[in-house]
Amino acid sequence: MTRYSVLNRRGSPGVFSGWRHSLWWLLILFIASPLKAQPTLSFDQFYSKVSVLGLEFSDRVKQLSGQQIEITGFMAPPIKAESQFFVLTKMPMAICPFCSSDADWPEDILVVYLTKRQTFVQNNSMIKVTGTLEYGTWRDKETGFVSLLRLRDAQFSEL
Amino acid sequence: MKASWLIPLTFALVPVVIPATASAVNIYPIDRATMLTGGKFDFKVEFDKQVDPAQVSIKINGKAYQQVWDQKSEFIKDEDGLNASSLVIKNVDITTPGDYKVEVSAGDEKGSVSWNVYQTPEKRQAKNVILFIGDGLSVAHRTAARVMSKGITEGKANGRLAIDDLTNMAFIGTSSTDSIAADSANTMSAYMTGHKSGVNALGVYVSRAKDSLNHPKQETLGELIKRTTDMSVGIVSDAELEDATPAAVLSHTRRRADKAEIVSMFYDVKPDVLLGGGSAYFLPETTPGSKRKDNQNYVERFQQAGYQLVTNADELKKQGSGADKLLGLFHTSNMDDVLDRRFLKNDVTKKFPDQPDLTEMTQTALDVLSKNQDGFFLMVESALIDKASHPLDWERAAYNTIMLDQSVAIAKKFAETHPDTLIIVTGDHTHGISIVGTVDDDKPGNDMREKVGVYETAGYPNYEDKNGDGYPDRVDVSKRLAVFFNNFPDHYETFRPKLDARFVPAIQNEKGEYIANAIYKDIPGAVLRTGNIPRNTDTGVHSVDDMIVQASGPGAERIHGYMDNTELFRVIVDSLSLGHGKQG
Ligand SMILES: [Zn+2]
Repeated sequence: MTRYSVLNRRGSPGVFSGWRHSLWWLLILFIASPLKAQPTLSFDQFYSKVSVLGLEFSDRVKQLSGQQIEITGFMAPPIKAESQFFVLTKMPMAICPFCSSDADWPEDILVVYLTKRQTFVQNNSMIKVTGTLEYGTWRDKETGFVSLLRLRDAQFSEL
Repeated sequence: MKASWLIPLTFALVPVVIPATASAVNIYPIDRATMLTGGKFDFKVEFDKQVDPAQVSIKINGKAYQQVWDQKSEFIKDEDGLNASSLVIKNVDITTPGDYKVEVSAGDEKGSVSWNVYQTPEKRQAKNVILFIGDGLSVAHRTAARVMSKGITEGKANGRLAIDDLTNMAFIGTSSTDSIAADSANTMSAYMTGHKSGVNALGVYVSRAKDSLNHPKQETLGELIKRTTDMSVGIVSDAELEDATPAAVLSHTRRRADKAEIVSMFYDVKPDVLLGGGSAYFLPETTPGSKRKDNQNYVERFQQAGYQLVTNADELKKQGSGADKLLGLFHTSNMDDVLDRRFLKNDVTKKFPDQPDLTEMTQTALDVLSKNQDGFFLMVESALIDKASHPLDWERAAYNTIMLDQSVAIAKKFAETHPDTLIIVTGDHTHGISIVGTVDDDKPGNDMREKVGVYETAGYPNYEDKNGDGYPDRVDVSKRLAVFFNNFPDHYETFRPKLDARFVPAIQNEKGEYIANAIYKDIPGAVLRTGNIPRNTDTGVHSVDDMIVQASGPGAERIHGYMDNTELFRVIVDSLSLGHGKQG
């Protein structure tokens, strides 16, 4: 376990820059099975610039775009019970109905689209989510919810 | 509520009418509405069923409405598929003061309301009006602010707040048309229009229309001043500028959440100074961080309209005062609590490290607005008193109250050289907050409840203000105020200030119920408090308790006793003499 974590740590951004390195890394991973280490993303790494006049996605987000990643956070109360997507937040969130609206989410949220419907977990418990990272403004056709950053084909497990 | 009131009235005035029919028609403005001569409003009648337009009779003091208002009326045969008809006449007014009785009928559908239209004095008393709103400001917030800021020994406060010496005072009733309780939308709307409204509504009566932007409008003070005078208008808030209180100065929607639309209403009316948070609704949807759902860029549009743009405290200081029109946006969302911004070295303000203080925004707004020889109306909101009180975070609320008081001190200083300035300080609604004593960490044992001092065991807290900035140097002193809210969701009471970020008492479970947030469970001495409000309520709620209003300056003498919140509008329009139509 310790050995893999060391690898994992070394395997962070720099190593990913070249395809040869990636291959090498994947090979190690393959050998080191069953542990399937994936690049991780944290909430603090979303934006390289936060300003009143707009945000800028970090290089890390741009690099990881289109890849399977792993992230931990809290599941916000779903917009509707039946939906196949939810919002992942850094901290457990409670929204005040009279002081906030659906649009009042903080910037550092991640919208998660699940491969298949999973049961809602208590907002109190931290979850680990894996999925394909995607960035840029996108409006959910069903709910009209606008997201900047998303995971597609995602699944989650309780930690 | 309305119908039951109407029945005795109907008996008294029209004894032949069967009382039950009185409720078959809704009329807006509603019964007992008071309004300013020449103030604009939308008139709407809602019938209970579909009626024949030829049968509709609307009489105002016995005169057909077509003779009173030479405006086009719109007859809606089947409103929003409800199988009921409505009649709307937009943007009308009444220019002669007096009592008005409006009688409506269409076949057996009948209804009536009474209005009072008032005129303002001929002579303008005040040149400038500065209205301070401490959102959610309650008596305990003020007491806590005084104790923490000035200190207290042997039963007497060691100093006075700036608000303590305002000359006139009254209680204000805050209830809504649809509920005894209220939110910041309809309370501020009452101050800004002189009309009551319903929860979540701004500058409109809540009618049955489905479109939130299509309810009967009430002209706002901001619009009235811009339409009829050459005065300037300024709006300052540490919330999002689209939040209910600042939005109420000039917007109209049944849903306060229509924030993108509210920005366009700001743009239409163009107040001279706009300082606050909420830039996310000014940015086009293609800009990351935007919360608009269109491609309008209101930052650019305001700049093109001649506004100086500033986005942090430094720019505000350097470029603010010199501007003629000023747009200051300092956060994409609500600005941060002063406790986090200035005193706690936590991560809260990491995203926007250079946000101005409410005092700096107040001073700059006064510098810009006072250039106008015709005077100004300025609204300054300390919004985060409420936003910290909802999650039961009383320390942050108290610090935000001290900041409000320091902003009032700036206005009082301005009034020393501009004595024709009316200063009003109030909140919009209250919270169920109270101080009961102290919490003393040095009392024996680990049971925090036993460390709460009451009566003679409370003694005095040990806050200190060594640097004289008016705030306690530390919030987490060993002997603190014991402050409790009387309504709350399930949560862990920790008896301690939250130093990392604002308290999040409860979060939702899979059944949609709010349960205690477990992240506070392991704080030493934390105890679970079972909530006393419905389980679908995430935080503490507003209280129905009266609000206190205080004022100084020309016109302040009108503030006394008990007042309805709509009467504060009248105090302002009277002092500015706004009932005489277009000036000059
Ligand atoms: Zn509130």
